[in-house]
Order: sequence, then structure tokens, then C-alpha cells
Amino acid sequence: MGSTLAEKVWNEHLVRRGEGDEPDLLYIDLHLVHEVTSPQAFEGLRLADRAVRRPDLTLATEDHNVPTEGVELPIADPVSRTQVETLRKNCADFGVRLHPMGDAEQGIVHVVGPQLGLTQPGTTVVCGDSHTSTHGAFGALAFGIGTSEVEHVLATQTLPLRPFRTMAVNIEGTLRPGVTSKDVILAVISKIGTGGGQGYVLEYRGSAVESMTMEARMTMCNMSIEAGARAGMIAPDETTFEYLKGRSHAPSGADWDAAVEHWKSLRTDSDAVYDAEVTIDADSLTPFVTWGTNPGQGLPLGERVPDPESIADEESRAATEKALEYMGLRAGTPLRDVAVDTVFLGSCTNGRIEDLRSAAGILRDRRVADDVRMLVVPGSMRVREQAEEEGLHEVFEAAGAEWRQAGCSMCLGMNPDQLTPGERSASTSNRNFEGRQGKGGRTHLVSPVVAAATAVRGTLSSPEDL
Amino acid sequence: MEPFTTHTGIGVPLRRSNVDTDQIIPAVYLKRVARTGFEDALFAAWRADEDFILNVEPFNRGSVLVAGPDFGTGSSREHAVWALKDYGFRVVISSRFADIFRGNAGKQGLLAARCEQSDVELLWKLLESEPGTEVTVDLEARTVSAKELTIGFEVDEYTRWRLLEGFDDIGLTMRSEDSIDAFERTRPGFLPTTQPAPTV
Repeated sequence: MGSTLAEKVWNEHLVRRGEGDEPDLLYIDLHLVHEVTSPQAFEGLRLADRAVRRPDLTLATEDHNVPTEGVELPIADPVSRTQVETLRKNCADFGVRLHPMGDAEQGIVHVVGPQLGLTQPGTTVVCGDSHTSTHGAFGALAFGIGTSEVEHVLATQTLPLRPFRTMAVNIEGTLRPGVTSKDVILAVISKIGTGGGQGYVLEYRGSAVESMTMEARMTMCNMSIEAGARAGMIAPDETTFEYLKGRSHAPSGADWDAAVEHWKSLRTDSDAVYDAEVTIDADSLTPFVTWGTNPGQGLPLGERVPDPESIADEESRAATEKALEYMGLRAGTPLRDVAVDTVFLGSCTNGRIEDLRSAAGILRDRRVADDVRMLVVPGSMRVREQAEEEGLHEVFEAAGAEWRQAGCSMCLGMNPDQLTPGERSASTSNRNFEGRQGKGGRTHLVSPVVAAATAVRGTLSSPEDL
Repeated sequence: MEPFTTHTGIGVPLRRSNVDTDQIIPAVYLKRVARTGFEDALFAAWRADEDFILNVEPFNRGSVLVAGPDFGTGSSREHAVWALKDYGFRVVISSRFADIFRGNAGKQGLLAARCEQSDVELLWKLLESEPGTEVTVDLEARTVSAKELTIGFEVDEYTRWRLLEGFDDIGLTMRSEDSIDAFERTRPGFLPTTQPAPTV
């Protein structure tokens, strides 16, 4: 029997196969670090008098806490400032490369890795952040870890892990105009549920995936965790190689040829068997939005807010009631009638150049509605730079949106970019949990083009409503 | 890590599914750089409601949390485990845990015990009808008991062994350092580095 993509990458990184109940020991090719989940890990190293085993396979950036305006000033929040300063000291003490605020390469860790060419097919990538699954778009086995594991990787460059199960997510057909990979992944999550991917690595495949750009693939892999999966992967192909070629850390010359030859072997064998399979019909998908307080609570934009009374299962009815109460929504309201206060375009899910381009395409010669504020936060300083070269910032500013510096920003509101209680957002980020974007804030997850159309109309909208 | 064999404490019924780590500890509390002192942050948003179960005697002295399915979903923040432990919880019972949360719990000596949802319902009813009921969790026997009720739970064997022995992972991995050295010598030359390798 053949192997799946995930199994191939796993087997190529086996330092030691576990015996009996013992987990396998897996080698880690790239460890990404940020300020929030690392301080206690470095502290652990100090207490045990341990070094970072491979600083040359480690990269740190400041992203979660950084303000997106006035980045030349010291961070106003003293607690955020301490955390960022702690990262700087830890990186200096342990010899880890860091891209701090203001640096040309600074940005969200999951945007920075791919754009530097560090994220490569067939590698293992970890970070103390659940959205590490993003890097799976390159055919890397990439997953989020906790702080104890961060310390473990810093000390040993390995992780003890038990093999994941594999699930094929077949996405066949052609997406209609205005339907994006964000809509696909929201549809996948609502289909399999927030726990449906648990214990699995999802492999996205099929004609719709093959025709996606790397940015679109990253968006999809990014949200694998929202279905409970540890990782999402896509087999590398010419699109992947094309994206990587010429990037500063991509191989070159003879190394490039050797790498590509290896990368081409990273496909699931035709006789391999997945532990589970689901299929999504790409042709029938329409823009998808969430109405509730977890990413599985989503519906096509043309639908209405669900009615708890119509749900037979007691647990699910109660969950729906709680969600509607928190979200301040009435059952039966058309989703298109839901008015928002804020639109957030950004995050590791949808803060890349293509996302900004598609939103700018909608906003060109249009205005953000009077009562709506729109924040545009590029995923990295490089994305920001490129957007400015293309004049996208002028489109956003002319429409009345705010053009900000790079960071995680309102995706999780660890910096000043937050919702106030009761404030409602359409957000291109990944989580609509209670209070995620600020205490009492209400989040609807959407694609970049839906975000832009919503900003113009002031209610949840798709470009075809304009 | 302190070994875990059995634990007895007040059971707290938390009738909610999909308790994500943003609810267990909101992001605003993640800015600290210490590893302890997160007890005030546990379920911070929910605790603002005076009827929330942890604001009610005697549940505020609980140490065994009994929650609905899909506990610990979302963010990888290990702070969620620290907050539960700092508050005083030693065990969380649920019919389904998010992978990262379960892994983090095992590394910090918090037992994530997987029970059937029907058993969780029985525990909920018991703990609600007789607040303050003590629950005994026996990791050796893999049982949860309270009053007349005894139910089984699942936890993977390796985590169970590590919890029982109180072993820490890094120390265990360091025993395989020769294998790590050997593996590193086989890595292809085209793999990327973030900076020149340190000179040994």
C-alpha cells in the first residue's frame, strides 16, 4: 500500500520510531517563534541551563502585540511592551534571528515564513501558534504547539508525537467568480464541525485546489485548525515551485534542481488509503459567512439566521440559542440584513497581497459606508510595501479605510485594535469566538471580497450586491 | 513534574460545549511573561456574571471540571492549562478534547480524562443535585467515582505513564541525543537555514 503526503513527510523526519505506547520522535526543520507563547519556554531553558540547539533553524518575529500605528514609538501598553522586550532579550541571549517592529521583514509569523522562502515542501514546521497549519499549503507538515513543546523544540529540535490520521478533503469543480478559498474552508468547517478534523491531518485536493494560487491555498490550510485538525496540507506542484523560486531562502542552482526533484515525489500515492474522506462541490459554493460564535456556525450569505426552535438536538439547540444571544441576532433575519460597525481586512488568514488586491478591486471608486470603520492591516511589512508599490493603499484611503502597519491586530485584539462591547465586525480573520476581537465584540468571518462589499453597503454583502 | 496518581476534589459541572481557549483565558491575559499567577484569568469573561458556576459556593473551591464536548478548541495557548491549574483544577473531564489542549495538559500534569457523553451527563446531574460532591479520579485504575457512581475514562497510555511517573519530556528526549545527531547528518543540503549554523 502506498503512502499519503502526510505520511511521507512524517517518515522522512523520523529520528526514532516509538516502541509500544511511546510516541515517535520527529525532527523539526523550521521553528517559528513570536512574543506571546515563547517567554516561558526561554525561561525554562534558562532554569535547566540548556541552549537553543539549532538557532539556524529558528526565526522570531513580533506580531501579536504590536500596534499598527505609531510603530516608531515605544509600545504604550506596558504589559505588551514587556513581552516584546522579553522576546528581544531572549533572542539576543540565545542567538535567535529576530525581525522586530519597524524591520522590513517584520510581520505575522505565518506570512513571514512563506515570503522569505523558508517554508518549503516536505519540511516540518512548528510554532507556538495554532495557525501554523498555514504552511501546509506548500506540502509542509506544519502545526501549532504549546509552550512546553516550544521549549522542547528549542532544546532538542525534535518533538515526541504520535502519528496523525489522514483525511482527504476533495474539492472538485470550479469556484464561481467572487467565491474564494475562504468560502471553501468555511463551508468545510460547517460541514465537518469544529471537532470533525480532530486527530487528523487534512489534505486538500481536487481540481479546485489545483487551480488555486499559493495565497488561496494558505488561507485554506490556515483554518484547518478551526475544524479541529492539527494540520492541513496540499501537495506541492508547479504553482508552489513558481512561488518559491527566487525567494531569499529558497534553494538556488544545483540545490534548486535537487530540491524540485524531491518535492515532486511529495504526492499521495494512487494506492494510498486515507482514514477518512469528505467531498465538497466547488461549483455550487457561494460566499459563506458565520453567524455564531464558533467557525463551524456558518451559512451561505443568501441564507437567514438559523432558528433554534427548528433544531431537534438539545445540545445543538442550546448552543445556537447561546450564540444568537451573544451575537444579538434574531432567528430568521436574512444574513444580508445584518449591519456591521467595523470591517477588518488582515490576519494570517487573509492578510497577504492577493487578499489586499481583491478587496481593493471592489473598493476602487467606491466609499466605505458612513457609519462603518474599515481597518486594512497588511500581514507583513513586505506585503505593505508591495501594496504601496501597486497603489492599493491609495484605493483604501480614498474609500475611507484606515491603512495600517503589519501585525495580528484585530484578529485577536492583543494590541489596541479591538471591538468595543456590542460592536459588530465583518472580519477576514479566523475566529468568531466570544470576545475574540475585544470583550463583548461580535464577529462575522468573511472573505476579503465580502469584507470589502460589506464595508461599502454597511450590511453583510457580496460583490454581486453592489 | 509532580506525579499524578489519584485526586479527590469538588466536581464542577460546566454545561457548555465548544469551550474554546479564548473563553478559558482571554488573549488580554497572554501578555504576561511568567508561568504562574493566571488564576484570576480563568474564564475571565464568564466570571463577570455572578451566576457563573465558579462564582457559586462551593463550586469556587472545585478541582475537577466536568465539561461538554470539544473542550479546549482554538488557540494553542498553554496559558489555558496554566490558568486551570493555577485556579486549582487537577482534572478536566469531557467527551472530546481538542488535540493541542490535551497535549498541553499532559505536559503540565493536568489530567484530561475522556469520558462518554452519557457518563458526563450522569456526573452533571449528580453534581448539580448535590453541590459540593467530591469526585475521585484514579489514574491507575482509570476511573472517576462520586457517591455511588463509578465510570471509566480514557487517556493515552504514554501520557498516563508520564503523569504517573512525573517525567518531563525534554529529559526523556535528551536520552536520544545520539539519534538526533545521527539524523542531522542525513538532512539534505538544500534545506533552508535562517542564519549561518553555529560553529561548534
